[in-house]
Amino acid sequence: MNETRDLKTQENREVESQGRSDTYLRPAVDIFEDANGITMMADLPGVSSDRLNIEVDRNTLAIEGQVSFDMPKDMEALYADVRATRYQRSFTLSNELDTEAIKAEMKDGVLTLNVPKRAEHQPRRIEVQGA
Amino acid sequence: MLGYLRGFDDIFDQVERMNREMEGLFGNRPAWSGIRSVAPGTFPAINVGSSAEQVDLFAFAPGLDPATIEVELQQNLLTIAGERKVELPEEKELYRNERFSGRFRRVLSLPEDVDPDQVNASYKDGVLHITVKRSEVARPRRIEVH
Repeated sequence: MNETRDLKTQENREVESQGRSDTYLRPAVDIFEDANGITMMADLPGVSSDRLNIEVDRNTLAIEGQVSFDMPKDMEALYADVRATRYQRSFTLSNELDTEAIKAEMKDGVLTLNVPKRAEHQPRRIEVQGA
Repeated sequence: MLGYLRGFDDIFDQVERMNREMEGLFGNRPAWSGIRSVAPGTFPAINVGSSAEQVDLFAFAPGLDPATIEVELQQNLLTIAGERKVELPEEKELYRNERFSGRFRRVLSLPEDVDPDQVNASYKDGVLHITVKRSEVARPRRIEVH
């Protein structure tokens, strides 16, 4: 009896979540590379570090963030450039990158992500011996 | 057995509710056609909300030093200006450069009943939040019936 009811609520919830608007904001990024790896900086204003989700699944790096800020309860919108509350963007990584060693830092709404190259792909300087 | 999962559902529901509230609030606003309106994507993006007591402005301006943001309110005309310096290393391979860099300035007219002497500005997680109180006379008053 209870189980049945649980299932029913779950169904309702699924229907509800399909109905919600699934619009995401696409964060602006800068991406550059040096000998040690790739650095990405992403603008995620309004996202605190605990509402940020970075996931690596095989070769896909996905960033997701939830905007939250203090808003008076009875507020009415007058004007809005930002019309969604979630950021999402994903990238495909390549094999020479070490996904286990990704470093991320969040400051003032800017995410800095560092993806190092695997040790064997980092350039080694080869000494040329004089005769 | 499903009992312990319900706790997570509640948290999920709370986040969802918050999303819906914010998206419901700002999601369906028609585009502003004001004479000072700017092209979509202009830095910083701005949302403005109003309640009986105050007007709240949120400027999505990540990566700034709050001390360098200029906020000016003349009567009901609000100006936000500043500079964002994005320093990218020159010798490195640059693949994408989408983030705004340089000086910015945005001017917005707020409702006319704001009190320019009661302004408050704070900066958190890259969002500049400006609160301007509405002047006392403009606020709706509850009139007691005796």
